[in-house]
Amino acid sequence: MNRALRPVLLVAVLVALAIAALYMKRSDVYLLTLCSVYLMATFGLNLTVGYAGQMSLGQAAFFGIGAYIAALALKAGWPFLVVLPVAAVACFCVGLALGFPALRVQHHYLAFATLGFNVLVFLIMRNEEKITGGTFGISGIPRPTILGVSTNGHVAFFYFTLASLVVLALVLWWLLRSPWGRAFAALRDNPIRAESLGVNITAYTLLAFAIGAACAGIGGVYYASLVEFIEPGPFHFSTSLMMLLAVIVGGSGRFFGPVLGTIIIILLPEVLRSSNLEALKFMQKWYLVFFGVAVVALMVWLPGGILSIADRFRKPPGSRK
Amino acid sequence: MGDFVQLIVSGTATGAIYALAALGFTLLWQAAGVINFAQGEFVMLPAFAMLFWIAMGAPLWLAFILSCAMSMLVLGYGFKVAIVDPLIKHGVIPLVIATLGLSIAVKSTIRAGYSAEAHPFASPFPAGQLSIAGINVSFADIGTLLLAGAIVVGLQAFLNRTVTGRAMQAVAQNTEAARVLGIDVRRMVLYVFLINALLAAVAALLITPTYLAKFDMGDSIGQKAFFAAIIGGFNQTRGALLGGVLIGVLENLVGFYISPAYKEGVALVLFLLVILFRPEGLLGKSEERKV
Repeated sequence: MNRALRPVLLVAVLVALAIAALYMKRSDVYLLTLCSVYLMATFGLNLTVGYAGQMSLGQAAFFGIGAYIAALALKAGWPFLVVLPVAAVACFCVGLALGFPALRVQHHYLAFATLGFNVLVFLIMRNEEKITGGTFGISGIPRPTILGVSTNGHVAFFYFTLASLVVLALVLWWLLRSPWGRAFAALRDNPIRAESLGVNITAYTLLAFAIGAACAGIGGVYYASLVEFIEPGPFHFSTSLMMLLAVIVGGSGRFFGPVLGTIIIILLPEVLRSSNLEALKFMQKWYLVFFGVAVVALMVWLPGGILSIADRFRKPPGSRK
Repeated sequence: MGDFVQLIVSGTATGAIYALAALGFTLLWQAAGVINFAQGEFVMLPAFAMLFWIAMGAPLWLAFILSCAMSMLVLGYGFKVAIVDPLIKHGVIPLVIATLGLSIAVKSTIRAGYSAEAHPFASPFPAGQLSIAGINVSFADIGTLLLAGAIVVGLQAFLNRTVTGRAMQAVAQNTEAARVLGIDVRRMVLYVFLINALLAAVAALLITPTYLAKFDMGDSIGQKAFFAAIIGGFNQTRGALLGGVLIGVLENLVGFYISPAYKEGVALVLFLLVILFRPEGLLGKSEERKV
């Protein structure tokens, strides 16, 4: 596709979505909003996985921390535009604190550390009833009023979320284009070469991870406002796993990889669930089995994710690598 | 005091089961460079296989042997041929992702195709307990310790005393050198996969009576196995044992003296402490990075 056409196409898609939302069922708009919220987290995760080349299995924990901070602060009457940076900074700091020991020892350690961290955060959410409400959760989280405009309606909140997602994506895009972001890619492609060129590997990887965590925190804030009720369930380690797989399946290290992946993990099961067709009813039960097998098959035949299909056809097979 | 000793003993028994799963995990990493995120499911599947054979009318010992054979065939040989062999050339991360996918697929198959319930599982050991000087130790704990201990001692003897075992160690230490010395590396790697599957089946026999057979029982034991392996030292077989037992005992103590709600967090805290202060693991040797 022509590079110059891409932004035009993107804007067209966004405008089409915004117009379509006016005519959609309430539940469909909710799903689109949910997708946008998860996208904030998976965009951030792509930074860690796709650009810094580290495995993180704790994105749902940061998502949850953001959501709980938002729930408590919004209910206490804090304005949304204050809660947002507070949650982002909190997740960023927690990310630094967790990533520091884990990234000192490279390879798969971050995966284990984040996995354990997610388990621990889940336990805290479930057990510290005084703060988090335990399994009963926190209900009655208000939707924000931004610059005097209430986002109470489902379409209004969708617009607000979509606009925020676009801003977040632009910031990440700018970040990756900056010399600073290029160091990430250098680091993923060949850490030893990057180090010999003067890139401080640990510092950059740590920052990528912490920024990814902050994005999840921001997503969590929107999640709490969207659902208006939170409990520990959605922040279980299995959500982190699905988020990671969303990034990988879509195509890690590709800016729009998470979009495709998130549609597959969030929209597809919902579409299957709400469908009445007999064939799809069978699929909704076996969906995760197919998904798991598809992930294995994808890794065998297309380790770069679905979006790397285009590269396959563009270059003759012999010229890869 | 009596409580304390009992907690230590039963913790060691649970830890010994973690150690079995961790041992297979470590062996796979050493010999084949594989990190298996489906290790927990490798324990869960034999548990259901045993339930299947018991439902067919087989006694527990026969069900166990049949399940061991199935496990070695499917989770050992099948896993290596179908997933590891085609993927290992892409590097560690795609393989890790594939094992994550495998874990989801296996769990969901059991859930969708068989049952989402927890199924009771008969203990291979008699009920009741042994009382010595006011300290009660259940037969199940003693049996677990004896069986796990025997397996570990047997495995160590196999690895250190037999030609095959030493060849396997050579492959783990330096694959290239082993190949030059005329060792059939592929066969040794296959043996490691078979041993891993066997260890997982034994762990299933020992842990399912307490955990119950459930599609997601592997989540917890898989995590304990990773953490045990890293705490003890990823490149040391003895490390996995130490790590497993340490986690088992500390979990019991935390569960009793602090809060049962945070038992599951023990492994993580221990893991973070270890990578902060001794990243190569308690018994491990630090690995040189290859350029």
